[in-house]
Amino acid sequence: MSQLYDCRDAFAQALEEAARNDPRIVVVINDSLGSSKLKGFKAAFPQRLVNVGIAEQNMVGVAAGLANGGKVPFVSGASPFLTARALEQIKVDLAYSQANVKLCGMSSGLAYGELGPTHHSIEDLAWTRAIANLTVIVPADPLETAQAVHEAARLSGPFFLRISRMPVPQVHPADYRFRLGKASWLRQGSDITLIATGVMVARALEAAALLANDGIEAAVINMATIRPLDREAVVEAARRSGAIVTVEEHTIYGGLGGAVAEAVVTTYPVPMRILGVPGVFAPTGSPEYLLEHFALTPAGIRAAALELLKARAEQ
Amino acid sequence: MTQDREDQLAALSRKANLLRQRDLVMIQRAGMGHLGGDFSALDILVTLYFAVLRVDPQHPDAPDRDRFILSKGHCAGALYNTIAEVGFFPTSELETFMKPLSRLNGHPDRTKVPGVEASTGPLGHGLPIGVGAALAARLDGAAWRTYVLTGDGELQEGSNWEAAMAAAHYGLDNLTVIVDRNRLQQGAPTEDTIRLEPLADKWRAFGWAVREVDGHDYAALLHMLQSESWEPGRPRCLIAYTHKGQGVSFMCDNVDWHHRVPTPEEAERALQELREAVHG
Repeated sequence: MSQLYDCRDAFAQALEEAARNDPRIVVVINDSLGSSKLKGFKAAFPQRLVNVGIAEQNMVGVAAGLANGGKVPFVSGASPFLTARALEQIKVDLAYSQANVKLCGMSSGLAYGELGPTHHSIEDLAWTRAIANLTVIVPADPLETAQAVHEAARLSGPFFLRISRMPVPQVHPADYRFRLGKASWLRQGSDITLIATGVMVARALEAAALLANDGIEAAVINMATIRPLDREAVVEAARRSGAIVTVEEHTIYGGLGGAVAEAVVTTYPVPMRILGVPGVFAPTGSPEYLLEHFALTPAGIRAAALELLKARAEQ
Repeated sequence: MTQDREDQLAALSRKANLLRQRDLVMIQRAGMGHLGGDFSALDILVTLYFAVLRVDPQHPDAPDRDRFILSKGHCAGALYNTIAEVGFFPTSELETFMKPLSRLNGHPDRTKVPGVEASTGPLGHGLPIGVGAALAARLDGAAWRTYVLTGDGELQEGSNWEAAMAAAHYGLDNLTVIVDRNRLQQGAPTEDTIRLEPLADKWRAFGWAVREVDGHDYAALLHMLQSESWEPGRPRCLIAYTHKGQGVSFMCDNVDWHHRVPTPEEAERALQELREAVHG
């Protein structure tokens, strides 16, 4: 078993590094110091951490104002509250206004497990992805998380980084370079392509290993940038393998699967399966339990891939 | 009062009268707009832009400029007329108001219109942005100041009170919110819709320095807005008592004129009144 990491640690460390290099960087939180792992940032830069309290609408508006005043705010809070409560501020104050603000949605997806659907953030990709001007990134491992933070700091404009607390292994080699808007091909294969994002990337790789035992060569793509989507990679996957399975820890409506399907049907239609949370609120259970429950596991991904290939063969 | 001051007040009054006339013509031409709220806010806007704000239309992005944020974004007409007169864009462009592909949306767009600090329209957005701007100046030890103009009805949005708490907590005495207290929202008086009073007490309870003023009295507005500090360590709230449709008798305090467009005859009558007010 490879070592597992909490990507929030890489996020916090990268943010401190970025802040050391760029005095414009400030952090805005909604009483989310601990849950964003930013105690170190506060100790290093006490003046550059603004806690607005439990007030997400104000948090995003304050960030827009800080950006107007020349700062580069990183707004960090639990993704369900940050994205849902402040959605109009995200749309108007940040995206429409092209404000140089970086939203960091922590503990996204099903990471809050037992706390229940109020705390799950399985719609955040759908509603951020729908907004013009907003760049949406879901890092898959600590290395990619750190690089995404640095890219967001370097580039002007509004970003949404979706960061989980679920333990993940390192899926990229040490020399990996995150490129905004570019998919990363983690495994080649011509029978089917698994396109995954975030914490599901490692599971998709495991599924590909299972499929190899079945004699099926599955390509695996890490789609870290959800918007703008790497449509060329999607077309390439469709062309090379003729079948695509998307995997996300998010509702199947409007997230990665939706984005990939939009690209596939308008360019190179091939059979697809969209794996995720099937349009329901999750029952009570730990994150791992819920991933099992929704078959978002290596075995579940393998089964969906086999079913898709069988259905295609019977067409 | 010194002669200089009297001249200044007379000049502000003439300016506001001129801008009311232009706004009326602009909205009549566009067939859309918010005259009532434009006219309640115009004397405040003219006072700010011609006597208080340190802004330079030649350098709209100068880092040390004062920030003015129009939170009641539906009164873009009053803002456009004011900042065009200041010189941020040609007054001739006002003719394109709400026309296809014009920069001049029904609500202001900061990415398109020089001098616009915040894209507003949905209510309750301006004050949080103002708090952020004031914090940025504070972090830099910079002297520039932030002003936010809100409607009164829009104070029903909870985001304002989140921002009010934060501004007081951070002691932002470089931030001034001006409430355009015309007492009418879209369809009815604020007090019949969701009661705001006692409004001054609410701001005081939130930790703000509060002053109240006649929002059409240039001398009073200047007195308040030109004084650098009211209460050190406290953000400033100026409740400006105004009249919706101020300047035109049949619009004044009449809720119908929230977003009604005058007929050509009404427009002519209104312009006549405004012209007579200058010469009278």
